[in-house]
Amino acid sequence: MNTLIIIALLGVAAMMADALRFKKILLPLIVAGLLAALGFAVAAWNSNLSYYHEMVLFNNYSLAFSSLLIVVTLLWMIISKKYFSSSSNMAEHAALVLFVLTGAVIMTAFSDLSMFFVGLEILSISLYVLAASNKSELRSNEAGMKYFLMGSFATGFLLFGIALIYGTTATFNLAKIASSISISETAGNTPMFVYTGVILIMVGLLFKVSAAPFHFWAPDVYEGAPTIITAFMATVVKTAAFAAFYRLFSTCFHDLTGFWSHAMAVIAAITMLAGNILAVYQKSLKRMMAYSSIAHAGYMLMAIVAMNKISANAVFMYAAAYSVASMGMFALMQSMTDAGDESVDSLKGLSKNNKGVIVFLSALVLSMAGIPPMAGFFAKYYIFLGAIQSGYQWLTLVAVLSSLIGVYYYFRVIFVSLQDNTEGSGHTLNKGQWSLIIIASLISLAMGVLPGLLLTLSL
Amino acid sequence: MITLLLLFVPLVASLACLLFDKAKVKVFALGTSLVNLGILAYSLTLFKSDMSYQFLVDYWWVKDLGISFKLGLDGISILLVALTNFLMPLIILSSFRNDYKNANAFYSLMLFMQFALIGVFAALDGFLFYIFWELALIPIYFICLFWGGEDRVRITLKFFIYTLTGSLLMLIGLIYVYLQTPGTHSFDINVLYSTALSSADQSWLFWCFFIAFAIKIPIFPLHSWQADTYTDSPTQGTMLLSGIMLKMGLYGLIRWMIPFLPEGLEQWGNTAMIMSIIGVVYASCMALVQKDFKRLIAYSSVAHVGLIAAGILSLTIQGMQGAMVQMLAHGVNVVGIFFIADIIFRRMKTRNLDELGGLANNTRVFTILYLIILLGSVALPLTNGFVGEFLLLNGVYQYDAWMAAFAGLTIILGAVYMLRSYQKVMLGEPHARSIEFTGLHLTEKIVLVVVALAIIVGGIYPKPILQTAGPALEDLLAQVKDIY
Repeated sequence: MNTLIIIALLGVAAMMADALRFKKILLPLIVAGLLAALGFAVAAWNSNLSYYHEMVLFNNYSLAFSSLLIVVTLLWMIISKKYFSSSSNMAEHAALVLFVLTGAVIMTAFSDLSMFFVGLEILSISLYVLAASNKSELRSNEAGMKYFLMGSFATGFLLFGIALIYGTTATFNLAKIASSISISETAGNTPMFVYTGVILIMVGLLFKVSAAPFHFWAPDVYEGAPTIITAFMATVVKTAAFAAFYRLFSTCFHDLTGFWSHAMAVIAAITMLAGNILAVYQKSLKRMMAYSSIAHAGYMLMAIVAMNKISANAVFMYAAAYSVASMGMFALMQSMTDAGDESVDSLKGLSKNNKGVIVFLSALVLSMAGIPPMAGFFAKYYIFLGAIQSGYQWLTLVAVLSSLIGVYYYFRVIFVSLQDNTEGSGHTLNKGQWSLIIIASLISLAMGVLPGLLLTLSL
Repeated sequence: MITLLLLFVPLVASLACLLFDKAKVKVFALGTSLVNLGILAYSLTLFKSDMSYQFLVDYWWVKDLGISFKLGLDGISILLVALTNFLMPLIILSSFRNDYKNANAFYSLMLFMQFALIGVFAALDGFLFYIFWELALIPIYFICLFWGGEDRVRITLKFFIYTLTGSLLMLIGLIYVYLQTPGTHSFDINVLYSTALSSADQSWLFWCFFIAFAIKIPIFPLHSWQADTYTDSPTQGTMLLSGIMLKMGLYGLIRWMIPFLPEGLEQWGNTAMIMSIIGVVYASCMALVQKDFKRLIAYSSVAHVGLIAAGILSLTIQGMQGAMVQMLAHGVNVVGIFFIADIIFRRMKTRNLDELGGLANNTRVFTILYLIILLGSVALPLTNGFVGEFLLLNGVYQYDAWMAAFAGLTIILGAVYMLRSYQKVMLGEPHARSIEFTGLHLTEKIVLVVVALAIIVGGIYPKPILQTAGPALEDLLAQVKDIY
């Protein structure tokens, strides 16, 4: 709980920074605050406390995800300095980012549907603004607008679903809804509204995690938004959305698994294939990353489909592995945005201009593609394990096929980076981007070699 | 302890390579591989020829999932570890005349490859085996990608995706078997062996594993990545691929498929045998018409390993023994013959057989050494190739006489295409550029002489190999036959 309060207060403080003239120390202050929040999250381990009439419950699941979100945000801070310093609205941007994080933490810790909705909206609305935060650029405005319109629709579905569930069970509390559903399921008289509600909530959430066929907004928004915000969306926001997704479906709708899991399995399969196949044809690295993030959403959906005792850990492992590796890739992406060319071909000469970068970049790419000994492999293994355990061999086979497609386009990044640039000087990375790439690849390696460290969390 | 040394000396050296001076890194890499060879020689003296796993190392890696870091060597695996450690110094030495750019990275990847290969052969935990299996793919991929020929991007990607397909199928299979293990599940090899699988499960699991191994070996019709990759890789990459890496597939058949899928083998073994035999004949015919020397060797290699796979699948002690001998023999011979191709290519700048000829006039030592290695490849009696092929054909004959008849073609066709290549390269009218062919350098001589010696010694006195692998193989066959 302290974690949540600190992050929210940091956001409020950031808003004041302009008026009270401490803009200069704002970034160090945020880093210190986030570290404190992380410390409180770790200290609260195993405490299992619930607050506000059981509106939020900080169990190990939410603490682990909150810590992950904070760590990824800290990594993100390494490359975000330029974004903040180049804008006159630095304080506002920082505040919005912190509010996104606040919403994200709530989304990992809700135990009440209304709280879930509040968290989701805090996150989404801040994000709509951030997507459009590059005011002078048309694409950024378009991204913000598109995200807002599509997001509102999804929110509408979600809210309608919540209303239907509330209408039949007369409570927002997850545990009470679960027991009410469990009673009506055993009696065999579950009202139609519950099923409808579940479908509507599922659609809303699938939209948020950009699963096919609700993924059309993602490439445009990812491409249009400032790269640094895209990085935040692809990692922190996606992690939070999945944390909420799993939390809701594992506690609330567990007894209805037979009803929604087949549909979800098909959606997971389509998402993996669509994301990976469409990524192959992208010329812009940013769009490619957008489609790859769609594909990764498909893998994480597999864990929700499997819904057994290792699924929570699987979602966590995957979110961690994917976020860290993506963050490294976005450091590279940011350097391309700085150079003004986001096409994959503009990576030519990268390896020549930045000695040694290819080693770390390869590590990241291997992790994204899920090849040992990197974290991505272990995460994928864990997802496969869960799916096979629940009897989804066919889904695993689809996942395998789509991973192979993934290898094709991920490795293109390496090929192109290795080529010599015939014209111009090619890319160079600045210090922050360099260090983030190194840190991200080392973390990915460590998580891959010692996966036991994260698995013992047993969420 | 010895296993850990064998495994981690190359890994540490591989990292150290990156720090070394460019000029000295070759020598350092060679030194490390010789040190590892020394450790291996020492372990061979301690090794007892029985069926148990020796030099065991067993730590938990991920305890919650029943994954352990378990390594050990028995008669089967120690021979392959020996092959790896024997060939590695030769392969590194063979690169001394090549001037690779980024030499540090090159030797680092080579030693990393050695680490992964030893891991594959020594792993006694299913998950660990899988990790090493995949790890071995990464360095060879980058070796081919960085230092390969013209069309390397396309070819290496094809190779990578091809092998990864097989690996992931195997992963699905491994996870499934793992989930059938009793209690809290374990990847330990003994637990996996003793897990009862239903006949229907074994039927589809067979293909999960067999495809993975068949791609690596490669067995017809999954061989289409191989000729391109062998031709386009740098010579040392090709040596690693053909000399050691394809043995991973054969070893996988013996250790990670046959023992726990006997019923799957009963259902599909015949199909797999037919595939292997078709590969033998097909690849021999392909080799007959190749113009590129390296491609010719690549196809001859497919023919040889097809026969080895057939010997293993015959499930006879002769076939298995033959497979062990031939794995070592083929590893040594193919490294030798690829090196010869490299020597010629470096001097003549061509591998096209039509543009070569009459080289025998220039250097006598090379002519003789080439002839010995060639005779080893065509399995002349008193060379190492003969012992292996004889036993293999014997095993296949016991399984089915007709198959043995077709498989026997490999000896005839092999002689035809190898002798044809020798004739085109060494004999006949000297080609215009043949005068440029100069004598062998010292490092080249050393490599070829060692290979030639290994061929002759292996042919005259193969008994140590048979003795080392014998008990482990018999035990394995007894287990399988028990379940039948």
